[in-house]
Amino acid sequence: MKAPGKLAALTLAALLAVTACGGGGDAAPAAQGPQPLRMSIWTSNEAHLKLFNEIAAEYRKSHPQVGEITFDPIPFENYTTTLTTQIAGGNAPDLAWILENSAPDFVGSGALVPLKSKVENAGELVPAATRLWERDGELYAYPFSTSPFGVFVNTDLVKAAGQKTPRELIKAGQWDWEHANEINKAVAAKGENGLTILNFDYKAWDNLATVWQGWGARAWSEDGGTCQFNAPEMVEAMTFMHKAVFTDKSMPGPGTAVDFFSGDTAMAVAQISRAAMLEDATFKWDLVPLPAGPKGEYAVIGQAGIGVLKKSPKAELATDFLAYFTNAANSAKLAAYFPPARGSLLTADTMAKTSPMLDGDQLQDVVIDGIEKGVVKPSHTGQAELAQTVRAALDPLWKPDADVKAVLDGVCAKIQPLLGG
Amino acid sequence: MTDLGDRVAERPATRHRHFWTIPRRDALVGYLLVSPQLVGSALFVLLPLGLVVYYSLQEWNVLAGTFEFVGGDNYAKLLADPNMGQVLTSTALFSVGLVVLNLALALALAILLDQRLRGTTLFRTLFFSPVLVSLVAWTIVWQFLLQQDGGVNGLLGVAGVDGPNWLRGETTALLSVVVVQVVKNVGLNMVLFLAALQGVPRQLYEAAQLDGAGAWTRFLRITVPLISPTILLTSIITVVGSLQVFAQIAVLTQGGPGMSTTVLVYYLYQQAFQFRHLGYGATLSVLLFLIVAALTLLQWRLRRKWVFHES
Repeated sequence: MKAPGKLAALTLAALLAVTACGGGGDAAPAAQGPQPLRMSIWTSNEAHLKLFNEIAAEYRKSHPQVGEITFDPIPFENYTTTLTTQIAGGNAPDLAWILENSAPDFVGSGALVPLKSKVENAGELVPAATRLWERDGELYAYPFSTSPFGVFVNTDLVKAAGQKTPRELIKAGQWDWEHANEINKAVAAKGENGLTILNFDYKAWDNLATVWQGWGARAWSEDGGTCQFNAPEMVEAMTFMHKAVFTDKSMPGPGTAVDFFSGDTAMAVAQISRAAMLEDATFKWDLVPLPAGPKGEYAVIGQAGIGVLKKSPKAELATDFLAYFTNAANSAKLAAYFPPARGSLLTADTMAKTSPMLDGDQLQDVVIDGIEKGVVKPSHTGQAELAQTVRAALDPLWKPDADVKAVLDGVCAKIQPLLGG
Repeated sequence: MTDLGDRVAERPATRHRHFWTIPRRDALVGYLLVSPQLVGSALFVLLPLGLVVYYSLQEWNVLAGTFEFVGGDNYAKLLADPNMGQVLTSTALFSVGLVVLNLALALALAILLDQRLRGTTLFRTLFFSPVLVSLVAWTIVWQFLLQQDGGVNGLLGVAGVDGPNWLRGETTALLSVVVVQVVKNVGLNMVLFLAALQGVPRQLYEAAQLDGAGAWTRFLRITVPLISPTILLTSIITVVGSLQVFAQIAVLTQGGPGMSTTVLVYYLYQQAFQFRHLGYGATLSVLLFLIVAALTLLQWRLRRKWVFHES
């Protein structure tokens, strides 16, 4: 009987020891010598990483107290989940990219270090870009990428289907969803894929904002309190999409594997940073703004911020590096892939120097105009649970015989309690 | 241990001179031999188990860094959770489907391979090999096969059948996950059954045959009772395993469509890691633990009624 008693005592002691440091998670004081820094990111693109490493190497030359700076790529699909699990496990990075859909959670929870006084010339940051990252007048993450969605076009496939290119339609003032749908229908009839919305895959529904915004629809009200999935604009937009998928077949249906970058798809709605993946493209491509919807022209932007985690024992060093990483000179370099939020950089001339992949029209129409008039993808406190609940409630829509209005009513019934009313 | 100590104490002559009596030395060696396992169990099984219960009484906000004792709040939330009905139904359907299909198929394959026919070794290897394949790699391959225009529907198309969109229909998605899991693991149970079948004395069959027993009667009256300990073992392993299936669901369906494949373990992952309700996730773990423990206990208790060679 003694051994089990001792075992229990030992277990209890270990349990107390572990829990004592489990909840608080305050790390040990920093050791002496050069301090390494780690930044969680979701790109593993070689060109992106090369640029980050160059900036980091430059910084370390004048900052011997900083050791190796690691850019730690986490797969995009599970980015926020992996990041928060790292934080929960006491393995938080010093700096982290934050996706727009989790901005309210990160900014609202107080997990991030205030940055306003540290960022170089914060006054020139475009208000549309910083709004999501501010609370009570303080800036909690640097909006390093304000990336409008555009439509990448495989012009070879469009021409092979005997269609006018989107560029030609823009000149004729006819670049709208109806015309885009006709092109994609024709391409699909030839056995290739029409239009795909990157990362959507009939799950990540927030990417559909790139379509429904054209109808003036929204996921929820401005204040976040009321579901608007069953509003007439949304029903119309989703009816259009349902018809495109199941009647016109102009969008590849659920469970179909497509890869625009390998050349099997006519159009892809994606953020402009994807241009980097077209460097070795074997087909001719173009980048055009989103087609106009019934409510006219519009733009949707995705955002990413870089924050310094309060939990990091090297938060001060990390903040200093962040200020360097995002100063005007480095912002200009980063602008090659990540559209900047600095007003001084937002001109076609400046951007043309840093974005060799895109031409003047593409930069002006998609990037600069997009950032000016763009609406940010939907985000809300508790976004992960909302996203999952909407995903489950929206699934019945992706069947040929779906009743669009009924499904959207169902979405609102499910998420209204989560929206807080 | 106390008994041993008392017995030693009854012999005063040796009490002071030799503390390390033979029984004590044997006991020490025994404890030393089991200690690595005991320490491992304490650190990696008992401690996490205790921690899960402890966390289930807390509200832990990872981002804000707050950790508060909330008592039974998470358990009250569990009882009021509107998703629980659907989650438990999916879990039950999944487990029953998996266990029945896995055991039936494993036994059928084992019986076929137990025949003295040419090529059985090849087939044994063939059916067992998926067990050795990496789970995630296996599942990703199946994800491609099960797509609308994937390999499974391609094969069905050759036969003139227009296959469904497997992973997008509520029933077919659940069925797909079950089948992918069964094909992956059936080889393990098959090998266990095969070993058990080969332990059944052939004379019994011959004697029964002389008495005029048919194949079905021989199977029911001789095979099943004699391999019943193995049936018990495989059913416990499979039931417990079925309740812990996670990677296949994470890769194939992410719990959808709707919530049709959101089984308990996946729901707890969503709550704890995606929605960051770590306290509530821990509460769901406690529920999962209780369900697994209850089912295992039930099977263990019921063994007396049907397992042969048990006292």
